[in-house]
Amino acid sequence: MSRALSIEGMVSEPVSFHALAWAAALLGTVLLFVFPDALPWAVKYPSWAVVPFADAMSAVMNFLKTYFSWLTRGITDVLSVPLGFVTGLLAKGWKIGSGPDAWMIPRVSWVGIVAAFTIAGYALGGARLASLAAGCMLYVAIFGQWDSTMLTLSLIVVAVPLCILIGVAIGIVGFRRPGVDAFVISPALDFMQTVPTFAYLLPMLLLFGTNPVAAVIATAIFSIPPMVRATTLALQRVPAEIDDLGSMVGCSPRQKLYRVLLPSGRPLLMVGVNQVIMLALNMVIIASMIGAGGLGYDVLLALRALKIGPGMEAGLAIVVIAIVLDRLSQAAATYRPAAAIPGAPVWQNHPYLSFALLVLVVTTLLSLAFPPLGSLPKAWTVSTGPMWKAAIDWINVNYFDAIDAFRTSLIVWVLNPVRNFLEGFPWLAAVTLLSLAGYTLGGLRLVLVVLPLTLFCAVTGLWEKSMATLYLCGVATAISLLIGVPIGLYAARSDRFQAFITPILDTLQTLPSFCFIIPVVMLFRVGDVTALIATVLFAIVPAIRYTNHGIRQIPVSLIEAAKVSGCTPRQTFWRVQLPLALPEIMLGINQTVLLALSMIIICAMIGTRDLGQEVFIALAKADAGRGITAGIAIAFIGIVADRLLRALARRAQSNLGLA
Amino acid sequence: MHRLLTSRRLAAGAGLAVSAALLSLPARAAVPESPDPIKIALFDWTSVNLNAKIIGGILSKLGYNVEYTTADYLSSITTGLTTGDLTLGVEYWDTTAGEAMKASDATGKTERLGPLGPKAKEEWWYPLYMKEKCPGLPNWEALKDPKCAAAFATPETAPKGRYLGAPVTWEGFDDERVVSLGLPFTVIHAGTDGAMFAELDSAYQRKAPMMLWIYSPHWANAKYKGEWVEFPKHTKECYTDPKWGVNPDQAYDCGKPTGEIWKYSWAGMKDKWPVAHKLAKNYSIDTQELNKLAGQVDLENKTMEEVADAWIAANEAKWKEWVK
Repeated sequence: MSRALSIEGMVSEPVSFHALAWAAALLGTVLLFVFPDALPWAVKYPSWAVVPFADAMSAVMNFLKTYFSWLTRGITDVLSVPLGFVTGLLAKGWKIGSGPDAWMIPRVSWVGIVAAFTIAGYALGGARLASLAAGCMLYVAIFGQWDSTMLTLSLIVVAVPLCILIGVAIGIVGFRRPGVDAFVISPALDFMQTVPTFAYLLPMLLLFGTNPVAAVIATAIFSIPPMVRATTLALQRVPAEIDDLGSMVGCSPRQKLYRVLLPSGRPLLMVGVNQVIMLALNMVIIASMIGAGGLGYDVLLALRALKIGPGMEAGLAIVVIAIVLDRLSQAAATYRPAAAIPGAPVWQNHPYLSFALLVLVVTTLLSLAFPPLGSLPKAWTVSTGPMWKAAIDWINVNYFDAIDAFRTSLIVWVLNPVRNFLEGFPWLAAVTLLSLAGYTLGGLRLVLVVLPLTLFCAVTGLWEKSMATLYLCGVATAISLLIGVPIGLYAARSDRFQAFITPILDTLQTLPSFCFIIPVVMLFRVGDVTALIATVLFAIVPAIRYTNHGIRQIPVSLIEAAKVSGCTPRQTFWRVQLPLALPEIMLGINQTVLLALSMIIICAMIGTRDLGQEVFIALAKADAGRGITAGIAIAFIGIVADRLLRALARRAQSNLGLA
Repeated sequence: MHRLLTSRRLAAGAGLAVSAALLSLPARAAVPESPDPIKIALFDWTSVNLNAKIIGGILSKLGYNVEYTTADYLSSITTGLTTGDLTLGVEYWDTTAGEAMKASDATGKTERLGPLGPKAKEEWWYPLYMKEKCPGLPNWEALKDPKCAAAFATPETAPKGRYLGAPVTWEGFDDERVVSLGLPFTVIHAGTDGAMFAELDSAYQRKAPMMLWIYSPHWANAKYKGEWVEFPKHTKECYTDPKWGVNPDQAYDCGKPTGEIWKYSWAGMKDKWPVAHKLAKNYSIDTQELNKLAGQVDLENKTMEEVADAWIAANEAKWKEWVK
C-alpha cells in the first residue's frame, strides 16, 4: 500500500528527471559498494578534509567563559535565592549560626506535605485523586525516600514556573511574528530537544558553576520547548469570533492578549505545563551530576554499587512523583474554580487552600515538639531492596543459557550484518540518496535542510560514529514498531487491555533508564543487545500510544458506514481504520525515532561505539567543543529523520485526501 | 616595605595570639576563618564519599560550615574546582583522571594537595574458579594457550577469549596489549564500571567464565574471590619504546601502571580557610582501612554518615595532630 502511494507521488512530479536521478544514484551506490577502491574518498571521508569544527566550538566556549561569566554567574546568583528558599522550606530547613550553637528553623513536616497533596487531590479531582495522591506520597515517605524526593521536588518547583514564564513569553513572540517563529524559534526548539543534555554538561558547568542552579538551568533548557509550542498553538487556535469580540469591546492589543486570548487558550496551555513537568522529571539523573543531588543521585550511587533494589526504589519514587504531578496538573487543566464571593473572608473563598496551609503550619509547629513529624524515623521505613536483587539473581542462575542463546543469534544474524552494511556504506552515496529522498518528498526546501545537515556529520569527521548511531537507532526503531504497533492496535480494541497497559507505559517513560540498565547488563552482558533492549523499552511507548489513539479517534459513524456497505471486519480494518489512523501512526513513528536517538547517551554508558561515546570521551578529556560537536551531529540526525518522516506523512495524508 | 608589612602582620598575629591566650579561649577561636560554606564534592562511588564525609565531619566539628555538592567525577576537576564552586575533591585517580588532572594543573586555579594514601592498582582479573580451567594462571603466558583462551570465550568471540575492558576514556591500552603480547582475546569495552561489575556479578553467581578489568581500592575485592593476571611489570619505556619487553616490535607489552590517588582543592582554599586546608592536605588513610570502611557501607548496609562518624570518634588523636 505505502509503496504504491509513494510511486504515485513520484509520478506527479516531472518523471524523467526523477527516475534518472534515482537510477543514477542507486547505480553509483552499487558500483561504490562493489569497487570501493575506485573512489576511496567517496567511501570513507578523507581525514585531510575534516573541518576542525570542534576546535572552533571550544574557542567560542572560552570566549563566552572569559567575557560573559559575569552575566551567567549573575543569573546563578539571582536564581539561587528562590531555590535556596524552596530547598530550605521543603528539604533542609535553615541553620542559623554555625558550629554547635547553631539552631535550626525546621523544614515543613512530611505529614503536612502528604496532607496538602491529598487536599489538593480532593479539591481538583475528588476522593479518587485524593487517595492516589495520598498513596503516592506515603510510598515516598515509607520507603525512606523523603529527603531526596523533597530535594528533587524543590528543583521542580523552581524550574517549572521559570519554564512556564519563559515559554509563554517566547510563545507569544512566535504567535505575533510568524516569520521569527519559522526561522528562529522553531529550529531552536528542535535543537534544544534533540541535542543530548550531556553534550552541554561541560559548558553549563563552566558558565553557571557546579551547583543546584546550574541543574535548574539545564532542566529548563530541556523542558521549555513544549511550553513554547503549546502557547503558540493555543493562541493560534483561539476562534476568530473571540478575537473579534476582544477588539470590539475596545481592548488594547495588550489587554486582548492577557485578558482574552491567553485565558481562552488555557486548556492547551495546561497541556504544555504538564509536559514541562514530565520533561523536568526526566532530567533528574543528569541534574544530579551538576550538583542537584536528590533522587537522581541516589539512583546513580546505588547502581554503581550494584544495589539494584535501592536503585529501583529511588527510581520508582521518581515515577510516583511524576504520576502525582501529572494527574494533579491534568485535573487542574479542566478545573473551574467557583466564583469568588466579594467581601467574604479568604477561607470561605479558598477553603481547600486555607485548610492545606493550616495543616502545614500546625504539623510543622508540632514537629518541634515531636521530631518524627519532622523526619520519619529510619525504623519506620521499609525496603524491598533484597527482593529485586533476588529476582534478578534467580533469573540469572536459571535462565541465563536461554537468554544467552537468544542474544548470540540476535547479534550474529541481525545486528552484525546491519552494522557492517551501514558502516561500509559510502558516505557520498548516503548524502546523495538522502538529499534525493528529500527532493522527492518535499522539494528543494527539504533538500536545503537534509543536505547541509548530513554533510555536517561527514565534514566534522564523525561519519563512522554517525552511522553507528544510525544503526542502533534504526534497529531499535524497527523493533519498537514491530512490537509496539500491534500492541497499540490491540489496545485500541480492548478497553481492559488499555487500562492494563497504561500504567506500564507511564512507568517506562518516567523511570530513569538507568534503573533497568544494570539488571539488563546482568542478563545480556555488555554489548549492543543490552543497548538495544534499553532503547526499545523507552522508544516503544509512543509507538503504542499513538497507534492506539489513532485508531480510537476515528469517528464511529465511519466504521458504521463501512459495516453498512458490507465490509468484513478484516476489510474494515485494512481499508478504513488503518488508512485513517495512518497520520497518527506516522507521528508515533516520528516520536519513536526521536526517543530512540535520545537514548544514545544512555547506551554509551553500557558500551556502544557511536556519537554517544564521543560525548563521553569529550567529557573525560574536558573538551567542551568536541562534546558539543557530537551533540550537534546527534541533533542533526534527529532533525533529518524528523523532516523526512513528516514529509512522508504529509504525502500519505494528501494521497488519502485527508489534508 | 614588604618586609615591614609582613612583620607588622606578624606582630598583629602575635598580639592576637597573646590576647587569645590571656582570655583563655581555645586555640581554635580563629576557626572558622570564614563563615562561607566549604563545599566538598560527592561523586558516585563509595570510597570517595566516605573520605568526603570524614573530612567534612571533622571540619564541622572544628566549627566550619560544610556543604556537600554532588558532581561529575571528571568534569569537576576542570570546572567546579577551578572556579571555587567546589572547594575540595578527595579522590582523583592517576589511572583514570590523568588527562583531566593535567588540564586542571595547567589552569593554575587548583591545588594538588598530595596523595590520599592508597595506591590505585588495576589489571586483568579473573574469579578463582577459572583457575581450574586454566591452571597456568596467574602467569600471563598461560593465556596464550588457545585452550585456556577458549575457556574464556563466548559464542560470538569463540575461539578467542572475551575480555571485558573499562570505558575507552580510561586509557587502558588493552587493544594494543592484546596485539603486542599475542593474546588470543577479543577486547569488549564497557561504557561505565557499573556495567562491568554487573557482568561480573552475573557470571560469578553462575561460576561462568569471566576475565575483566578490576581496580583497587574497590568493594569488589572484598566481595568476590579472584586474582590479578601477572603481566610483565610496567615501566615507562614499555609504553613509549617498542624495543622494550617481550615483543621487540611493539609497545604496550607489559601490565598496567599503578598510580596515586590525589586530593585536590580550589587554589583559594589555602588563604580563605588555612586550618581546613591543613587538614585536607594532611589527611590520609590506608588501603586496608578504606576497603574495610567501604565494605561496611556496600556490603553491611550501614549509612555513610554512621561509618564516617565512627571513624572520626575512633581516630580523634590522629586528626587533632593533622590540624595542629
